[in-house]
Amino acid sequence: MADLRNNFVGIRSPNPFWLASAPPTDKAYNVIRAFEAGWGGVVWKTLGLDPHVVNVSSRYGAVQWNGQRIAGLNNIELITDRPLQVNLAEIRQVKRDWPDRAMIVSLMVPCDEESWKYILPMVEDTGCDAVELNFGCPHGMSERGMGSAVGQVPEYVEQVARWVKQHSRLPCIVKLTPNITDIRHSARAAFRGGADAVSLINTINSIVSVDLDLMAPTPTVDGKGTHGGYCGPAVKPIALNMVAEIARDAETRNLPISAIGGIGTWRDAAEFMALGAGNVQVCTAAMHYGFRIVDDMIAGLSNWMDEKGYRTLEDFRGRAVPNVTDWKFLNLKYDIKALIDQDKCIKCGLCHIACEDTAHQAITREKDGKRHFEVVNGECVGCNLCMHVCPVDSCISMVRVDEGGYANWTTHPNNPAAVKEPA
Amino acid sequence: MSRKDLADIASGRLSAQQLAQNFDDVSPPLDRQSALIAAQRCYYCYDAPCIQACPTGIDIPSFIRRITTDNLRGAAQDILGANVLGGMCARVCPTEILCEGSCVRNTGESQPVEIGALQRYATDWVFDTNVTLFDRAPATGKRVAIVGAGPAGLSCAHTLARLGHDVTLFDAKPKPGGLNEYGIAEYKVLEFAAREIEWLLSIGGIAWQGGQALGENLHLSSLCNDYDAVFLGLGLAGVNALGIDGENLAGVRNAVDFIADLRQCDDFSQMPVGRRVVVIGGGNTAIDAAVQSRKLGAESVTLVYRRGSASMSATWAEQEFAKTQGVNVIEWAQPRRILGSAGAVEAIEFEYTQLDADGRLLGSGDVLRLAADTVLKAIGQVLLAPRADGDASALLEVDKGRIVVNAEFETSVRGVWAGGDCVGGKVDLTVQAVEDGKQAARSMHARLGNGGQGNG
Repeated sequence: MADLRNNFVGIRSPNPFWLASAPPTDKAYNVIRAFEAGWGGVVWKTLGLDPHVVNVSSRYGAVQWNGQRIAGLNNIELITDRPLQVNLAEIRQVKRDWPDRAMIVSLMVPCDEESWKYILPMVEDTGCDAVELNFGCPHGMSERGMGSAVGQVPEYVEQVARWVKQHSRLPCIVKLTPNITDIRHSARAAFRGGADAVSLINTINSIVSVDLDLMAPTPTVDGKGTHGGYCGPAVKPIALNMVAEIARDAETRNLPISAIGGIGTWRDAAEFMALGAGNVQVCTAAMHYGFRIVDDMIAGLSNWMDEKGYRTLEDFRGRAVPNVTDWKFLNLKYDIKALIDQDKCIKCGLCHIACEDTAHQAITREKDGKRHFEVVNGECVGCNLCMHVCPVDSCISMVRVDEGGYANWTTHPNNPAAVKEPA
Repeated sequence: MSRKDLADIASGRLSAQQLAQNFDDVSPPLDRQSALIAAQRCYYCYDAPCIQACPTGIDIPSFIRRITTDNLRGAAQDILGANVLGGMCARVCPTEILCEGSCVRNTGESQPVEIGALQRYATDWVFDTNVTLFDRAPATGKRVAIVGAGPAGLSCAHTLARLGHDVTLFDAKPKPGGLNEYGIAEYKVLEFAAREIEWLLSIGGIAWQGGQALGENLHLSSLCNDYDAVFLGLGLAGVNALGIDGENLAGVRNAVDFIADLRQCDDFSQMPVGRRVVVIGGGNTAIDAAVQSRKLGAESVTLVYRRGSASMSATWAEQEFAKTQGVNVIEWAQPRRILGSAGAVEAIEFEYTQLDADGRLLGSGDVLRLAADTVLKAIGQVLLAPRADGDASALLEVDKGRIVVNAEFETSVRGVWAGGDCVGGKVDLTVQAVEDGKQAARSMHARLGNGGQGNG
């Protein structure tokens, strides 16, 4: 039986599944329900200085895709709208009652040393395990010089991380915003500032849809809307890449990562951890289905680890990192061709039209006057498109046809900057 | 009071509430949520097999995709542009052997996309709101007579009206619609047929003339003289007789008449039905008559067919439906004689049949006797060819009981086209009749536009 216990920068939790700082972790009532359901830890919804913020009514917008609810979710909710002392008292009590669970406190205060110096001792006094610096929220708070307004400037990230380490002995996790051009700059800044870890991604700046009757973005507040933070399954690929970039960066390769972004299943979690994340944080999936989803995350991860022979999380963590490389190092001699299993083919023609209209005209549509789809190997470049559009599981497979060997772009004759091979 | 064993034909066997429930919509419409779920199952196949399987060639993947984007007007245009009776066809088409039968989802899943139900979803709002989807081309000044206001004639009329011609639509019956109005089970169409026709005619340029029977108060030769072109969509108005003893006994009727009475009946509790009903035949008319007899409260309904179920023209889905409605189906038996007393039927005798080595149907000599107070005959309909008048009808060539037409649906009479069941050739389905009418109209338009009259 796999051991799912997690030790993330010294923060111990019975499993690697934390709830991210967000509405589900806004108050004791929710957090207790989460712990009862089995979550390993929570990052309490971001605290700020009093007077507390106020929130609007109508806070979420969602992307429905092809009948599926919440392919992506967007929110314009701000940080906690409850008094600081109420939150601190609840945090203290919950941590006391649930000592084996991770209790991280998310913070967002103005970008000056005094504010951090003021709030950190109070937070530390609750007995929490760590602080997470919310440098990510792309809406509302950023207009006030906080959230992503800080996270988008590496120098600020570094400075605030340094203040926090200076004025607190708690582990410091810096939550990164994806609303930048290269995540590595923010991660390096956090690292230089002395952060113990980074967590990412925060939400992506977005307008989730436009109400064509109201002619306003959603969620609509009395006829107006504003940009919000996008999350949910749709953002997972973006998060995976950002996690991988940090995990393979020379400067930050040993910087612990708590991964966030569209995680809803054990498989999502395993993917992030394979790319180097020490644990994961979840929000949208819990908001969609309730806290009970952690049950399958725990059981599924455990069963998969048993099947693969991984005893602890460290046994597979980061295993995919060495296989993330730059394009220029990919093997140009590798060659695959699509193969359509005629017994499985239902003759929908989607592979044909995708290839014919948008790819390489490598799939025929007729044979002996009958509907028949077959790959023309000479034209197939092995792009995988047909395999992805085919609605039938494992009907189209990609078969390796090359004779081995390795060559990449760095030495390719078409590359003007090619390294000349020794004569 | 003694029990009435024989000739027990009565109305009001069931409560009004039960009757209303029995004759309610057999497949209720999809709401938006169900329609979206159903529509999202469509793979949007390329060169889709369902389009090939539809006699009218509706671009099914396109209209279904339009449903998913809430573009219902676009979906309705896709459907009604190809098949102006797409609303009726959504209800009565044997989709299991046409579009849904060819859906690629049958492979592996055995569960096709619900194309018929989606087609109804995409079109219902059109008739509910009587919205205009199609405009007429500028008037051509050409006048076309259409005889027969069934699916073929209506489709032909609408196509011609769209193209700018003026149409006069004649039919022997008081209401337009043909089989749609008189020949289809009530529970499949409810109040729909009339509403659909009202919408169809609202395009304008179609004058309705009911009570005009060809060969009686309407003559082909005069139509040829008075109009630029003529279309015959006569259907098959005659009914095959059994040709056995007892056929004239009270209680023996044509199933088509029973179905028509039901469709024109305002109060089902006034509709008489037998206690023991025997239906002879294996087509949709037989099924509709048998099922509706049950729905009216007949105690036992037996459908007898002279061959096996695979030979029935009713699809397996129709047969299954009949069985779930409590119709007892007996195969391989042909009627021999109908027995009666006091002028009314009391039983019918069948002889079991079998195929010989050459595939010929032979009687086995074994006799089956079924007690019956009603015998409904549904062994096929036949063309009632117009009686010769002047020289036009005399030249109207008929072969094997159908009007002979060429690939353009032109008959042997110059300026006269024909289509639908009266020409046959493919399948005797509403949807095929619609296609015939549409194609004939296009041919007529090409001829009319080509510098002259059809009757040149």
